[in-house]
Amino acid sequence: MKEFAYYPGCSLDSSAIEYGMSMERTADILGIKLVELEDWSCCGATSGHNTDHLLSLALPARNLAIAEKMGLNVLAPCAACYSRHRAAEHAIRSSKSMGDKIREVIDMDVQGTVETLSILDVLANDIGPDQISQKVTKPLTGMKAACYYGCLLVRPVEITGFDDPEDPQSMDKIVKATGATPIDWSYKTECCGAALVTSRPDVGNRMLYNVLRNAQESGADCIVTACPLCGLNLDMRQAAVEKEFKTKFNLPVFYVTELIALACGDTPKQAGSDRHFVDTLKYLSQIEVNRVRAASEKAEQKAEATESETEAPDPEATQKKIDAMLKGWQKNPAKMAARLIEDEERAAVLVEVMTGDKKKMTRLAELMVTDADKAVKAAEAFITAELKKKQA
Amino acid sequence: MGNAVTLIPAREQDRQLISKVEKEAGTSINLCYQCGKCTAGCPAAFAMDYPPRQIIRLLQLNLVDQALEAGSIWICASCETCSARCPRGVDIAALMDAMRREALQQGKITDKKVAAFNKAFLNGVKNFGKAYEAGLLMQYNLTTGQLLKDAGLGLPMMKRGKVSMLPHSIKGKDEIKKIFDRAEQLGGE
Repeated sequence: MKEFAYYPGCSLDSSAIEYGMSMERTADILGIKLVELEDWSCCGATSGHNTDHLLSLALPARNLAIAEKMGLNVLAPCAACYSRHRAAEHAIRSSKSMGDKIREVIDMDVQGTVETLSILDVLANDIGPDQISQKVTKPLTGMKAACYYGCLLVRPVEITGFDDPEDPQSMDKIVKATGATPIDWSYKTECCGAALVTSRPDVGNRMLYNVLRNAQESGADCIVTACPLCGLNLDMRQAAVEKEFKTKFNLPVFYVTELIALACGDTPKQAGSDRHFVDTLKYLSQIEVNRVRAASEKAEQKAEATESETEAPDPEATQKKIDAMLKGWQKNPAKMAARLIEDEERAAVLVEVMTGDKKKMTRLAELMVTDADKAVKAAEAFITAELKKKQA
Repeated sequence: MGNAVTLIPAREQDRQLISKVEKEAGTSINLCYQCGKCTAGCPAAFAMDYPPRQIIRLLQLNLVDQALEAGSIWICASCETCSARCPRGVDIAALMDAMRREALQQGKITDKKVAAFNKAFLNGVKNFGKAYEAGLLMQYNLTTGQLLKDAGLGLPMMKRGKVSMLPHSIKGKDEIKKIFDRAEQLGGE
């Protein structure tokens, strides 16, 4: 199991709360152990390095010192936290005199022995897209996502270095693993305006507009990000930008970890996706419709192919399949029920019926092998009967 | 004559100041051959009085006061695109950063809003050890005289659990105050 010292940073339990929630869900799903840094403090972000160089290195160095005691690499999902911690590591490692100064300021020992990693690096390179797609139960079929990396995950190159600064691919690979389609666009690493959107909206809003417009013109129907400030700006300020530039974008904005949680079966609420400003729920239900449609088309094609291939089914082979199906029901009824019934609650009822009635289980297993359509109908009938029985 | 630069003999103190900024930024302005790639890629250049290339040119001409008083250094969003693309390896973003800090020290702040934002942000960190977003916006609005700026976003943010009115302190907040104090003492060395 992968284990990290977890540095959520200030945003992941406030303005980017859905990033924090979905980060923890992603870790659970993919078997990543997160041990939160004890009493961590703010990295100082951009305001820090705009104001005082030494302070901007000392603030993250305090967290690095705590992580060194834990002996774990740091996972910092926020792009700014990631960048500032990497900058501090870099300064400590490359200059003894700067390292001494930093140690004096924080009054702790820190040697730069641990490394801070971004969630994109961990997901794309440590875990890998294959491992992610293996966990996917509800692929995000038809989602056209503009993967937006922003600045600090890919720049400065000496400090980041896990992906290309002009045309990064790590997020695209992750998004693809969830069943969505990453689109090709030119503003992947263009700046969203960062704090200027708050301090100088006359400048920041235009930067935001440029990013949103390019995503829309390139055919995206949503934006995916791994930076809390990019996420907040694109999402919360989208309405103001639409008003100022007299246009409509209506582009939902997700954190990359939300897509993983959703594709692996989480409800939008569990993934925190109901907390955005631009509505995501209607959009996600459309994606769900796409998925169900695609799955049934695929099943139909498969059925047609097998029908034409085998004129007369071999009874022995059929029996073998039925036995296997039955075994599946005995071992993992929830998974089998999910194959037939979309609705989670109704699927749970089916599990109840099946586990309580061996005969029905055998009948359904037979149908699933011989006639998939009938199997769904039978399952629905079982559930409806059971629900009626409960009501009575 | 319109575009000509008036060359004045460089003062020793200007030269020293430029060296200090270069050292802080860990880069050299003499590497720049004025190709303009930084400005071409700068996403905020449209709002700048002197875009990045011209800031460097001012420094090359020893016109350091003019560079420090440029609005551009406060418009720069630290996106690092210029530094990533510079064919001569000039770290322009670090230079902009060092210029902001120098302007701040000299009290030459041409964009009070950005400086006020940074101050309000760091105040929260100094007092509580973590960013205090509600306090940041209140202080920023008060000091810049825009009392109702973004007021309409408060409630929607609260509804989504994205901002709390009260700050959350870390246990070691006194340590953080000391870090601020010692950084200030040692920073000038």
